Amino acid sequence: MTRRLLIALALLLASPALAVMPDEVLDDPALEARAREVSKELRCLVCQNQSIDDSNADLARDLRVLVRERLVAGDSNDQALEFIVDRYGDYVLLKPPVQANTLALWAGPAVIFLIAGGILLVRVRRKTPLSSAPPALTADEEARVLRALDPDRQERD
Amino acid sequence: MRKLLYFIPALIMAGLGAAFYLQLGKDASVVPSALIDRAAPEFALDPIEGHDRPGLASADFRGQVTVVNVFASWCLPCRAEHPLVMALAERDDIQVAGLNYKDKPEDARRWLAELGDPYDRIGADQTGRVGIDFGVYGVPETFVIDRNGVVRFKHVGPLTEEHVRKSILPAIEALQK
Repeated sequence: MTRRLLIALALLLASPALAVMPDEVLDDPALEARAREVSKELRCLVCQNQSIDDSNADLARDLRVLVRERLVAGDSNDQALEFIVDRYGDYVLLKPPVQANTLALWAGPAVIFLIAGGILLVRVRRKTPLSSAPPALTADEEARVLRALDPDRQERD
Repeated sequence: MRKLLYFIPALIMAGLGAAFYLQLGKDASVVPSALIDRAAPEFALDPIEGHDRPGLASADFRGQVTVVNVFASWCLPCRAEHPLVMALAERDDIQVAGLNYKDKPEDARRWLAELGDPYDRIGADQTGRVGIDFGVYGVPETFVIDRNGVVRFKHVGPLTEEHVRKSILPAIEALQK
């Protein structure tokens, strides 16, 4: 039992393996933190759905080193990002920028929400139920239902 | 009028269907190049050590149409496309340049000796920095650069006969006019 508990504890404490190698890490912790932040926004083009911070690919490593170089050279985070985007295009950004050709992507959900909300509002105002309830039973039908549900009843009546 | 509303879902489905159909067959892993119609990056690379071809610099693009082929001896698909690059080199209206990406000089030399050297110039990009400037993310890649040093076309991955016929050659010919 203790053994299992220890294993569970060890697993909890284990941190995910990082792609960043010790020799890449900058001496200045503040700069390193910024480098990590920038790296998380950049797509590894070889694996495409990992950030360069997560990827073990060679190119990802080169880009991580490059980002650190730019930061050491005095670039702001945005300037370092721009440096990479300049070479690889918007596609390297994991979060697409808001601009003319991504307008549908960014505004789409809001537009759909507004349209759906508008329809709902009009519906509620009119008080028309979305699906009309079935018409009420006539007296005759009601008697038949009761008979079907309780066959003994007729005899008792 | 109200009845027409019932057609809206069908219309939306048809629209989506058309949009998906148009995307069908496109390779989603191909990243559009940021470099098209922009000047090639400034660089100057040394030749491959011990190999008798001059190095490559951005100044070499001036005055003639250049096909830049990014290759490496460790890259298997490069081997597959190599005969096509050799064939391109037979044209005398273009210059074929090589960007030897992250390769050891001795490996590159052996590779070229075995398969043939189609390149007029080869830059040895040992650190891969010029590759990054070119937006290279998968070797082999092939660029067509015009007389003014502007990148006009980029192909990612190994060339096939069809790529050469349908995109590389038309790109070259359009620039010769």
